Amino acid sequence: MAMTDERTPIVLPDDPSFGPDVQLDYPGYRSTRLRVPNRPIASLPEELHDLEGPVFGNDALDELDSDLTRQHAGDPLGERIIVTGRVFDQNGRAIRGALVEVWQANAAGRYHHDVDRHPAPLDPNFSGAGRCLTDDDGRYRFVTVKPGAYPWGNHENAWRPAHIHFSIFGRLFTQRLVTQMYFPGDPLFAYDPIFNAVRDPSSRRLLVARFDLETTQPEWALGFQWDIVLGATPVET
Amino acid sequence: MTLPRTPSQTVGPYYEIGLCRRSENELVPPGEPSAVRLTGQLLDGDEVPVSDGVIEVWDAENRRWGRCGTDADGRFSFLVGGVQHLEVYVFARGLLRHQLTRIYFPGAASEAPAALVAEQEDGGLRFDIRLQGERQTVFFAV
Repeated sequence: MAMTDERTPIVLPDDPSFGPDVQLDYPGYRSTRLRVPNRPIASLPEELHDLEGPVFGNDALDELDSDLTRQHAGDPLGERIIVTGRVFDQNGRAIRGALVEVWQANAAGRYHHDVDRHPAPLDPNFSGAGRCLTDDDGRYRFVTVKPGAYPWGNHENAWRPAHIHFSIFGRLFTQRLVTQMYFPGDPLFAYDPIFNAVRDPSSRRLLVARFDLETTQPEWALGFQWDIVLGATPVET
Repeated sequence: MTLPRTPSQTVGPYYEIGLCRRSENELVPPGEPSAVRLTGQLLDGDEVPVSDGVIEVWDAENRRWGRCGTDADGRFSFLVGGVQHLEVYVFARGLLRHQLTRIYFPGAASEAPAALVAEQEDGGLRFDIRLQGERQTVFFAV
């Protein structure tokens, strides 16, 4: 497996042969070194190919879960945004009733979490957590504030591009996905080993939301569109 | 039509904000006769506990699901019962994509690989998950 030390480049050249797969042992992301499996992986048990996954209902949601700007007494600081998109399987079918969970830093780049020691202010009006179920068109929608970039200890002068963490449960158990959504034009893209662990540039672009004037609400909030494609659903027999 | 899949990214160190807002580790109620405590540790290649991992279990037979973040000792804990095996997803900082394994209950299935059978311990069950090395847990391609 790839070894990492101070001489390991943080970002490797593009390699489209990876397709949509992230390089699990990407050396520039130091924390992979002792955590990525380095022994052979077994093939997927046959019965898991079409096993249905957990299904969540409205009882999984609290009121205001999809509006991260209204979960406290006051308005959070930052640039108010709407993030919306549709969840599909690879066959192009919308997945309705999919549980979508998000978490993010506040506008200053600070997480509401004990482990985060970045000396940027916490915002008493922002927890940074949201949930929703996709509608009949597979659509999710969150109102939030744009998260800030923040430093991390991976290497000298390391900064994460602004991102929102997404967790999605598909229809099938194998369609589970946890990923991160990024914002268009971020100058930090070229320096981030997590983003670039997706070696294929066209796959990497799928992690970046699109600014959308139609979604933007006048005098209120900028709008971003980001669709999510989970694994294929085997053809029903 | 085949759409390109959205790539995976790590759950990172702050997943508790979004994924652990509720206690979700009891698949059966504590009073249920079959209820048994399943605990384990998530360990890295140096056998060091992974304190920022999250384990999800799916009992497909009874359609019961649970999730538990690991604590400072890398420990996770579920209350389970009435099932032969659980499908298990492992997420952690440093894992760019989740891993899949399976935990069998002792004596539940004759075809179960020994490495995937939980051990009896203190009236409950124990199953440690090792992310890499000689004793790496059996993971399935997903």
